[in-house]
Amino acid sequence: MTIRTDALPTQEMTINMGPQHPSTHGVLRVILTTDGEVVTRAVPDVGYLHRGLEKIGERVTYAQYMPFTDRLDYLAAMNCNCAWAWTVEKLAKIEVPERAEFLRVIVCELNRISSHLIAFGSYTADMGAFTPFLYAIRERERVNDLFEMLCGSRLTYNYARVGGVSADAPPGFLEKSKEFLDYFEPKLDEYNNLISYNKIFVHRLANVAVIPAEEAVAYGLTGPNLRGSGVPFDLRKDEPYSVYPKFDFKVCVGTGERGTLGDCFDRYMVRINEMRESAKIVRQALAQIPDGPVLAKVPRLFKPPVGEAYFRSECPRGETGIYLISDGSVNPFRLKIRTGSFVTMNIFEKVTRGLMIADVVAVIGSFDIILPEIDR
Amino acid sequence: MEAQAIFETLKGKFGDAVVELQGEGFSPAFVVVAPGAVKEVSRFLKEDPALSFDALMCLSGVDYKEKFAVAYHLHSLKHRHAIGMKAFLPRETPSLPTVDDVWPAANFQEREAFDLFGIVFEGSKDLRRILLPEDWEGHPLRKDYKYPDFYHGIKV
Repeated sequence: MTIRTDALPTQEMTINMGPQHPSTHGVLRVILTTDGEVVTRAVPDVGYLHRGLEKIGERVTYAQYMPFTDRLDYLAAMNCNCAWAWTVEKLAKIEVPERAEFLRVIVCELNRISSHLIAFGSYTADMGAFTPFLYAIRERERVNDLFEMLCGSRLTYNYARVGGVSADAPPGFLEKSKEFLDYFEPKLDEYNNLISYNKIFVHRLANVAVIPAEEAVAYGLTGPNLRGSGVPFDLRKDEPYSVYPKFDFKVCVGTGERGTLGDCFDRYMVRINEMRESAKIVRQALAQIPDGPVLAKVPRLFKPPVGEAYFRSECPRGETGIYLISDGSVNPFRLKIRTGSFVTMNIFEKVTRGLMIADVVAVIGSFDIILPEIDR
Repeated sequence: MEAQAIFETLKGKFGDAVVELQGEGFSPAFVVVAPGAVKEVSRFLKEDPALSFDALMCLSGVDYKEKFAVAYHLHSLKHRHAIGMKAFLPRETPSLPTVDDVWPAANFQEREAFDLFGIVFEGSKDLRRILLPEDWEGHPLRKDYKYPDFYHGIKV
């Protein structure tokens, strides 16, 4: 759909979509200027959830900041926990026991599955199919049960520590994780049969909001949104950290299988396929996990050397990069968190130009944004 | 390409506009650039075939107390190498040219640095506050920021 230059001009209308709207995935406000049903301009207005997480970081110690990273992206709190731990360890040059790294990879990948399940479920709900959402929530509950076993929480885990993780896996956790994978993997085929290739669903997504590869790179897209445009870049593979080099997995990219390469359907499909790869990683990690301690001896108050570090890790919504400056005291001097969703919103105005209003919903869902990560 | 080689390439091309290399203790290393030259250096970093830093990963404002800085984290998907670029700005007039025409990704992050530090990016296509309300006073991430007592008559 394009803006028709030959059509009679109608009076433009400005509509507020959000900040309280179920399809904006939180408190996102989009100021739509429309010509009939066609969007001529969609300006995102973010910041409703700004809590000053970067400012808070300057007033607490490195260890105390861990619970705040839970609130960065509450659907993938494990990934944010670990990103913080890895950054501080890089800055302070702390060695982490291998078992802790394995546990981190296991929880990160399980959390990636549960986060992508929400992406999948809420996206189908946005597109008018409510049943898959319930399926996704059903599976996610089991991941939450696993995490509850591990650390007592179901949403904000506060599990990682600088130097390892807070507690070893309780008896039965590793077996239960394997049971979950056995249960979960066949479900992906079920989702594909149920909705992914449903004709109406495909029509809503295919050829909508196409982002060519070079544009995706120029706009700094990362994670599934970048791979949806066919760019095979995954930090777990290309800038390996932790114990990821030990595992065999595939980087899923969009193929343009139902429309044009880089459309909403490709971004959706990348997430579905990534869940399978995450399950593969967890299986390998469960098989290879060594015995040993899970927490290095790190004093509660420590002073990293003066310096600056930037650590990038692959979170479900793209690269979470933490830029950390130490002045040699117990608090960070400055910390900046670059999140996938925030950078993705930059391209929003460009790709929504000329779409129908209903397609704007499809674009928001396909980016899988989360507002606490945008607003911080 | 290693940081030292990138620094020497830039030094050969831009001379005094490239000030120093911050290597020890910095990961990745930073090439410190005079603020006025940021746009030319950025364009060269992006377009030179041996460098081709096609992605701006992160743009951050920093308040070093005696001066401000803008730190750019760059990455090249083609060559798989990374470098940092930094420009120091005086506290009184923190302004430098925008790079949003070199990397479109810069726009939101420049707005964020403008919002939270008051750093002005000259020539930006859209420089407004992004996270805070339009009528907010002050720039909270500055080290000398005073917390307000009231906002629109509401105690904060």
